[in-house]
Amino acid sequence: MTDAGRHPRIKLLTLSEVVDVKGYVGNFDVKIIKRAKYVDEAACTSCGECSKVCPVVRPDEFNIGLASRRAIYSPFPQAVPSSYLINIKECLGHNPAVCSKCVDVCDKQCINFHMSDEELVERVGTIIVATGLKPYDPTELDEYGYTRFENVLTSLEFERLVNAGGPSQGELVRPTDRRHPRSVGFVQCVGSRSARKGGSYCSNTCCMNTIKSTLVLKEHYPEMEVKVFYIDIRAFGKGFEELYARSRRLGVQFIRGLPGSVEETAARGLRVAVENSANGNLEFHDLDMLVLAQGMQPAPSTQRLQEMMGLQLTPDGFYLEAHPKLQPVDAATRGVFYAGCAEGPKDIKESVTQASAAAVRAIRLMHRGEITTEPITAEVSADKCTSCGICAQVCPYNAITVDKKSRQPAAVNSAACAGCGTCAAECSFDAITMNHYTDRQIMGQVDAMLQTAPESKILVFACNWCSYAGADYAGVSRLQYPANVHLVRVMCSGRVDEKFVWNGFRKGAPVVLVSGCHIGDCHYIDANHWTEKRINRIRKKMSKMGIRPERLQLEWISAAEGIRFAGKMTEMETIRRTVTGAEIEETIELLRNI
Amino acid sequence: MTTQSVTQKPGGDGSEPRIGVYVCHCGLNIAQSVNCPQVAATAADADGVVLSKDIPYACSEPGQHQIKQDILDNRLDRVVIASCSPRLHEPTFKQMVQSVGLNPYMMEMANLREQCSWVHMKDVDNATRKAETLVDMAIARVRHLQPLTGDTLPLTKRTLVIGGGIAGIQAALDLADSGYYVTLVEKQPSIGGVMAQLDKTFPTMDCSI
Repeated sequence: MTDAGRHPRIKLLTLSEVVDVKGYVGNFDVKIIKRAKYVDEAACTSCGECSKVCPVVRPDEFNIGLASRRAIYSPFPQAVPSSYLINIKECLGHNPAVCSKCVDVCDKQCINFHMSDEELVERVGTIIVATGLKPYDPTELDEYGYTRFENVLTSLEFERLVNAGGPSQGELVRPTDRRHPRSVGFVQCVGSRSARKGGSYCSNTCCMNTIKSTLVLKEHYPEMEVKVFYIDIRAFGKGFEELYARSRRLGVQFIRGLPGSVEETAARGLRVAVENSANGNLEFHDLDMLVLAQGMQPAPSTQRLQEMMGLQLTPDGFYLEAHPKLQPVDAATRGVFYAGCAEGPKDIKESVTQASAAAVRAIRLMHRGEITTEPITAEVSADKCTSCGICAQVCPYNAITVDKKSRQPAAVNSAACAGCGTCAAECSFDAITMNHYTDRQIMGQVDAMLQTAPESKILVFACNWCSYAGADYAGVSRLQYPANVHLVRVMCSGRVDEKFVWNGFRKGAPVVLVSGCHIGDCHYIDANHWTEKRINRIRKKMSKMGIRPERLQLEWISAAEGIRFAGKMTEMETIRRTVTGAEIEETIELLRNI
Repeated sequence: MTTQSVTQKPGGDGSEPRIGVYVCHCGLNIAQSVNCPQVAATAADADGVVLSKDIPYACSEPGQHQIKQDILDNRLDRVVIASCSPRLHEPTFKQMVQSVGLNPYMMEMANLREQCSWVHMKDVDNATRKAETLVDMAIARVRHLQPLTGDTLPLTKRTLVIGGGIAGIQAALDLADSGYYVTLVEKQPSIGGVMAQLDKTFPTMDCSI
């Protein structure tokens, strides 16, 4: 930690948050808010005199409320940076009439109430997302009595109690009577592997964390009775089985079954009822303390960053990697990488491994000092352009400029164009060519698909980043769906031109599906808003013309939603079966002159 | 490898495209549900297709070598690779065609694995028919492809690391030690994350900080 704090090439911004990311690989512009600490970081020597005189006492977050701190404080003894800070919401205020005790005692004069939050813009070539995790809050699992009984603790609270730097100087004491417990139980999978509450996934580290805790207990208190209630013990890593065996050898009891209920007994003890599935008996265990091995959840900032950078999430809410085996640290967005629990629950060793991998992936991209852009960009044919300005209006990147007054044709800044193709789809005059996804190329695919037996086929337009990837995920998961589904890949659903849909129906398609990223997840900021508007517009026209609008479907499918993709294909087949040959003929006739 | 013998013929200049089609078995991944030789034979009849083959592993060294040799020998100016998802091997095959002088955007993939053989596993007839259509669609697309070239832009040799837990710290240090500048952003007043709150850590049972 200290190495990172003093490295000449690391600019450390704490109490800071990323609020906006613009640009793309090679040159991202990142807006960061650095919140005021009201203490000059560089001048503060962490002498701690200010804290001693501060009259405001608050629960200490680092010790999860098991100790207290002042309104001016250092987060913990080994904090980096080690400087103090003021929580201004707790501070009595810098009005001298009320309180300015800290200012009075600080001989370095590093306290400054006039500091304000700073906004910084940093230009970076790559981004590593290492936003970590949120420990599961067991409040909702009331059967374990976390909110009712003081001697029921979370594993993180337990960590603080056995930590030499913690509130009890490493002495394990019961919160109710400050005495050493004679017996301690651990409940596994709290908020993990549950279809009901918390996550359905395994949090990966809790088994070994509990085994570690049992070893710590047996080392300090050999006579202590230690019990672990579990579903299975997952000791799969290097050296893990050995620790598990050592724990058992030291007399820790592993009881296969999770408690059904926990009740308090007379002396603030805990009675745990559990069905031991190893012998089928209903057992009661009297314990002095119970520790809940809390699972991991995605960090609260995950969704905000995901929307900001157009990243993808798994159904569990962790970040989704570009490929689960071959690109495990890359995001689908070029230049963005994942490290640590942001990508899924993992232990310290795995986090470190993945972080080093992410660093190398970033270096691999940056070392040449230049980057080749994707030539999938829009081009304007000046002779067809009427300077109507629609393209500029729909471009999510403001990459198109049109001077309507002087009737200058639209101009595309190809460095800013990300290639979604929404402009080409919205242009009514065919004045925009989307390179590599031209009208001719896409219509050519549609025509080829519908050349024979069109009535038996399902035409699907899928965006590269979400729904096409979702279809791939269905494949990787071997989810079976009707074999008459045919995908046409586009970079963004925003590219799906009205005429592609009409062309499909004119060539005899019974049903058409346009699919893209969920609203808010669009890889091209908000281009899929235009998709939605356009599809609604087409469906209205269909109604007016007497074509059943159900034959055109719109569905948002993320890269992780293989099941949703397969399900939608089955639904499309159900709709297709309702479309008769006569209906298709009639549609072809209606569209003949469009 | 020489690039002399290949003349690029982008569409629109009136000359006929010269297309090569490769239907990959991917071992049995594709071949167990799709009749690959049949798909290749059907594709051979399409307009502009000079040669159409099925191939055990298109991405393998011998597979790529064969395709490259065919491009040179037959003056192919565009290629369809019917194999796995382009999300997996598009970069591989782009580089492959580029190494024999074709523009990387003159290659198109048909997704016969993730979107055909793996999702219609017990339906060989329909999967094969679908594969034929997917290859047909790719041929139609490749016929209209145009060579494209990206711009080379300067890049900022600095990395933003979001989060100062163990993963963020490690990534920042590795980058900084390799000579790159890093901005490490942490929401809390100190770096360290959840790791800093732990007492001992497995498997070494030493302290976390």
